[in-house]
Amino acid sequence: MHLTSEERQMLAGEHGPATRKAMEILTALGTIYAAERMVPVTSVQIAGVSFDNLGEAGLEFLSEMAAGGGQAKVLTTLNPAGMDIENWGAMGIDADFARNQERVIAAYAEMGILTTCSCTPYLFGNLPHFGEHIAWAESSAVCYANSVLGARTNREGGPSALAAALTGRTPCYGLHLDENRRPGLTVQMAASLTDTRDFGGLGVAVGRAIESRQLKVIPYLRGVPAATVDQLKSLCASLATYGGLSMFHMEGITPESAQFAPPDETLVITQRDLDEAIRSLDVFPSSEEVDFVSLGCPHLSINEIQRVAKLLAGKHVRKTFWITTSRPVKRIADQMGYTAVIESAGAVFAVDTCCVVAPIKGRFKALATDSAKACYYASAKNNFQTRFLPFDEVIEEALR
Amino acid sequence: MILNGRKISTGNAEGEALVTAMGISFYGGVDPETGCVVEKGHELEGQSIASRVLVFPTGKGSTVGSYTLYRLKKAGLAPAAIVNLESETITAVGCIISDIPCVDHIPIEKIQTGMRVSVDGERGVVEIS
Repeated sequence: MHLTSEERQMLAGEHGPATRKAMEILTALGTIYAAERMVPVTSVQIAGVSFDNLGEAGLEFLSEMAAGGGQAKVLTTLNPAGMDIENWGAMGIDADFARNQERVIAAYAEMGILTTCSCTPYLFGNLPHFGEHIAWAESSAVCYANSVLGARTNREGGPSALAAALTGRTPCYGLHLDENRRPGLTVQMAASLTDTRDFGGLGVAVGRAIESRQLKVIPYLRGVPAATVDQLKSLCASLATYGGLSMFHMEGITPESAQFAPPDETLVITQRDLDEAIRSLDVFPSSEEVDFVSLGCPHLSINEIQRVAKLLAGKHVRKTFWITTSRPVKRIADQMGYTAVIESAGAVFAVDTCCVVAPIKGRFKALATDSAKACYYASAKNNFQTRFLPFDEVIEEALR
Repeated sequence: MILNGRKISTGNAEGEALVTAMGISFYGGVDPETGCVVEKGHELEGQSIASRVLVFPTGKGSTVGSYTLYRLKKAGLAPAAIVNLESETITAVGCIISDIPCVDHIPIEKIQTGMRVSVDGERGVVEIS
């Protein structure tokens, strides 16, 4: 693997022990994946933030990198934490967990990393343009960056994303290269998609179909006439969760779709296929036992929060209802008065975190959400049953 | 016998080989408190990987597994070295952040449990004595 003289200096320890460790990680990955060189990156998104996932060992590693002089060389943001950093007491988080979570955040801050804890950095300023090389962890954001923005990133793990932040480099392989961004399967939509839940359902159907193949392929979706940013972020989260996908093309919508002809091999998604995918997550029949309602996986946009405020105005929820979003988007909601409307209806803002990464096992029995990704983790990680409903009906469920 | 492979993580170590033909998931598959393999139905279930030269084809599972190796190292329960047929991200990153020597592209069927093995991470060489 070819290294520039600056990269060789980093590897030799001339920029300090943390940078050396980071460059060791990157050169090893470059070796494994046969990268010919490093590529400079302009943006990083780091996973491995919730203390629930990191544990004491992960925290120790981060502290060691901070103590070793590690400093982010490019714009770097963080994934959701295990709690609302400013308001964890109201979420029922215990003090020990909170103290450890705060140590994790402090270690990242010491390294010059922006401690906006969110899975949607592209909604508030970590927004790469077409063709930029970046190093992002967080599978839903990786899929969004490659597909919707046309930026280029592999699906990084926590340590490799941190290594990219501290060096401003990533090994040039996989989705950084033109030849690996070609579609391998046409997906023809013959079903109608009306809201975020439907796009999540589409991600389940397509993701499962591709996951079951020997060779992973990038799908080329046809027959979707229009899609909003909110719908695309829902689709990205679902495709990544159910298909391990880091990229798709959508004819007429995503920027690289025009470069390719649709592949010959075609998978048709009928209305029945879509309905079955949705029903497979909507496993809880009665509304009486739904005791947890959550919107914001991925984190809600200001557009979605505005909708929540409109539907909750003057009403009162009867179930625990978490609105999960990023701190910057919450501040806009504060400014516009949406926060006051939503909180006076009895819903709770769980900022910086979400129902996937917060330590809530055992606290609830059944979750209602519009997110296919949230359904997966609610069931696999927390053993909750799930209702998978359209966005507006999730709000109705909270009021019921 | 000398086996030539590829450097993944630098450092030298010697120890008794512990060999499996199955993949290893460090996150969830190895108990970080005891260093024992806990994955149900695994060939090495119940055995400790501490201070052994751990030989397996490739890693699997969650990327958080890199941090499990780091935790094992801090507790003195890490393998002395790791030898793979084909290393992947989780094992490679885990070895690097934990200073565990690691070599891959080794024909691992030539190594049997109980053999004395030395690993030279820098040169990518495994020697069976």
